[in-house]
Amino acid sequence: MTATARRRKSAPTKRAGNGSRPARRPLAKAPTGIPGLDEITNGGLPRGRPTLVCGGAGCGKTLLAMEFLVRGALDFDEPGVFMSFEETPDDLVENAQSLGFDLQRLSARGRLLLDYVQLERDKLTESGDYDLEGLFIRLGHAIEAIHAKRVVLDTIELLFSGLSDKFVVRAELVRLFRWLKTKRVTAIVTGEREGEHLTRHGLEEFVSDCVILLDQRVMEQSATRRLRILKYRGSAHGGNEMPFLIDDHGLSVLPITSLGLTHQASTAHLSTGVIGLDAMFGKKGYFRGNSVLVSGTAGTGKSSVASHFVEAACRRGERCLYFAFEESPAQITRNMRSIGIDLEPWTRRDLLSVHAQRPTALGLEAHLVAMHRLIDDWKPRVVVVDPVTNMTAVGSEIEVKAMLARLIDFMKLRQITALFTSLTEGGAASERTDLGVSSLMDVWMLLGNPEANGERNRTIQIVKARGMAHSNQVREFVMTDHGVVLVDVSRRADGSVAIGSARGAQQQAPLAEVKPSVRRRTK
Amino acid sequence: MAGQTPKSITALANLKRLCDNHLAGRYSIEVVDLLEKPQLARRDDIVVIPTLVRQLPPPIRKIIGDLSNVERVLVGLDVVPRDE
Repeated sequence: MTATARRRKSAPTKRAGNGSRPARRPLAKAPTGIPGLDEITNGGLPRGRPTLVCGGAGCGKTLLAMEFLVRGALDFDEPGVFMSFEETPDDLVENAQSLGFDLQRLSARGRLLLDYVQLERDKLTESGDYDLEGLFIRLGHAIEAIHAKRVVLDTIELLFSGLSDKFVVRAELVRLFRWLKTKRVTAIVTGEREGEHLTRHGLEEFVSDCVILLDQRVMEQSATRRLRILKYRGSAHGGNEMPFLIDDHGLSVLPITSLGLTHQASTAHLSTGVIGLDAMFGKKGYFRGNSVLVSGTAGTGKSSVASHFVEAACRRGERCLYFAFEESPAQITRNMRSIGIDLEPWTRRDLLSVHAQRPTALGLEAHLVAMHRLIDDWKPRVVVVDPVTNMTAVGSEIEVKAMLARLIDFMKLRQITALFTSLTEGGAASERTDLGVSSLMDVWMLLGNPEANGERNRTIQIVKARGMAHSNQVREFVMTDHGVVLVDVSRRADGSVAIGSARGAQQQAPLAEVKPSVRRRTK
Repeated sequence: MAGQTPKSITALANLKRLCDNHLAGRYSIEVVDLLEKPQLARRDDIVVIPTLVRQLPPPIRKIIGDLSNVERVLVGLDVVPRDE
């Protein structure tokens, strides 16, 4: 008997079709409905077990627990009991309102039960032996009343401060957590962090199936919230600290979504929308799901390239979302109209949404959450971020790059093709992009306006395009009243390329021998 | 109380004796068994068993335990002890 028990403890590996060892049953989980949290826990909290959520004052544990119940009731048909030892029902209702939750309505419909336990030490006199059977009866009754499948105890540590017999409290809590398992409810128990200790009274000794730690600290003048799965028995989990936000939709945890880089790679191509540019991409355009970087100094035409791409997508009937962090939608529309791109009709037909925002309006995390939400709501196939570079107003280069990495990841999972413009400061080596984000991108196009022969001309080149052959030429283009147009390459007899007015002169000269690698624009 | 447990039986016995000694003729005891009426646990805000609730005169006072420490109970009830 003992030998069997011991063998079961060492985790058996799954064997396909072998049958010599039983496959481990996956741990049942209760989804929290909190974006990001279910991803990093691989499905949610352990079903039927208590999870400890601990952190200092104001770290968000009560709100997390509340959201677990509310989402349970609204999205997963699991009513819940919130037993509060700290906040009054009125406070809870008010705080939940700021997350967009209507607790009173949920209570009225029997999906939520709020029970407030008041244990004021000075109003309580102790005489002789006691136990906490009243707590069991009360909680049991509440669970039965609404057929609850979820329970929150916030924060049960107050039993210790309210009652002097710690020995009894401890023993009764052990009994309570065992009892909760028999009730088949998934519980969140909150604990108050104190210094080095996870909880003030050692709750982690009895609630240790899953432990989540919340943290709030001030970094670079902005308060950042962090969440970490400290422990999750029987399940793989992301163990790193994840930033999270609390706003009027509730909590959002922002993990790097695909920790295993398991994106699907599409082989479908999307036109760049720019005449002559598709051919430079060996197979006629960007891959769907690509991240495209268009960088250049001021006025080189980055937004124009972005708008062409948007227009081409809209023509195909695909929805686009344009995040503008520099110019207003009106400015963008006006500028694009001057080169023959009319974005208005697409907006009217609900194929294009332009969302303008000042970078300084929000912190980086808030920007990321806002963008996630807009993308989730609008469901675009193409996203433009124009530009990304001025995000450094609200974060360091490293932070902005990290934010971009997460955004790109988020979009790749949805096979959204994303185009980012990046402003290179004048004078800097043109191949160095500010932020060094080119490594995150599948495609990198560089726009230039080199001075030659006393004039500035416009150039475009593909620095890289992952997974496809592409032209290595630096091509001249012009801004016409029907948009960006790449011009034919004119080579001199010595093989050098003539651009600008020199090209005009060259084209009148006798035809030079043309190298086979030159791609011609079909008229 | 929650069922006829030793602590609850002791508490009730101690309570009766205490009331007879110090509050003769000036008290009434209502026994609530939460096993029979669990909904009252929330109404009266009870978690500890046994709990003695002094409802009158206001304000409400609560004394928890089997009431074996008589002095404490009297203090808790705000009753001046009668010399026995």
